[in-house]
Amino acid sequence: MPVTSVHYLFLSLLLFCIGIMGTLMRRNAIIIFMCIELMLNAVNLLLVAFSKMNNDPNAQLFVFFIMVVAAAEVAVGLAIIVMMYRKVHSVDINILNRLKH
Amino acid sequence: MDIYSILFWVLSVMAVGCALGVILSRNPVNSVLFLILTFFAISGHYILMNAQFLAIVNMIVYAGAIMVLFLFVIMLMNLNADVEPQKGQMVQLAGVISGGVLFLIILAAIKTAAAQAIEAKSTDIGLIANLGKVLFKDYILPFEISSVLFLSAMIGAVVIGKKEGGSLPNVSKVDEK
Repeated sequence: MPVTSVHYLFLSLLLFCIGIMGTLMRRNAIIIFMCIELMLNAVNLLLVAFSKMNNDPNAQLFVFFIMVVAAAEVAVGLAIIVMMYRKVHSVDINILNRLKH
Repeated sequence: MDIYSILFWVLSVMAVGCALGVILSRNPVNSVLFLILTFFAISGHYILMNAQFLAIVNMIVYAGAIMVLFLFVIMLMNLNADVEPQKGQMVQLAGVISGGVLFLIILAAIKTAAAQAIEAKSTDIGLIANLGKVLFKDYILPFEISSVLFLSAMIGAVVIGKKEGGSLPNVSKVDEK
């Protein structure tokens, strides 16, 4: 059975849903952040598959820009997590629910 | 089964298994290592689809730089103990169910998608010469804007990560000398 575009659709859908499950399941802020990276990579994989399918280099450039934005996002996000750890000495997101009260 | 299919299935199983390891392992350091393996599997997929430039960038930027940053932060906070408090069983179950329901809904939506073969014929669109031409011809403005984005992210990370109350060394005194 040759590999088709549907295989790549299923694979990246599976990776994306695993990322969503991790985001909802875990309490550690760093793990949640890593799951968001996983979801970004699932989308990147699908874009590259479509680029190969349609023989179009624009999608691969788009993946390149997604990687750029992800790198910038990680820099700022990890700085925020380090700051939060300095304040409350924990990376548990349940501590951050004070906005509720 | 040709070599392409075998490599596809091996890399797919590796990617999905390591992604499950990311969300299931209790130790954050293990999660980071599993995520690095997932990124290597995805890089293997890129090579399989003849996107060599993206494969190398994925390895250098993601598996190299970003995950090392994560590992540094985890080591810095001394989180590599298995003391992470877990969410309640019900909340975890709800997370799994909502993720699974999303999976099923999109699966039902793409079930009828026409299967188009991704044949192994070699194309040169993923090569760095071709991508560079497109990047600097059509996407020159986004490219320059992303450099500004990097600069602002760098400044933002420094400003956020700075110790509160502690001021930077006084620059004006140095200037007066």
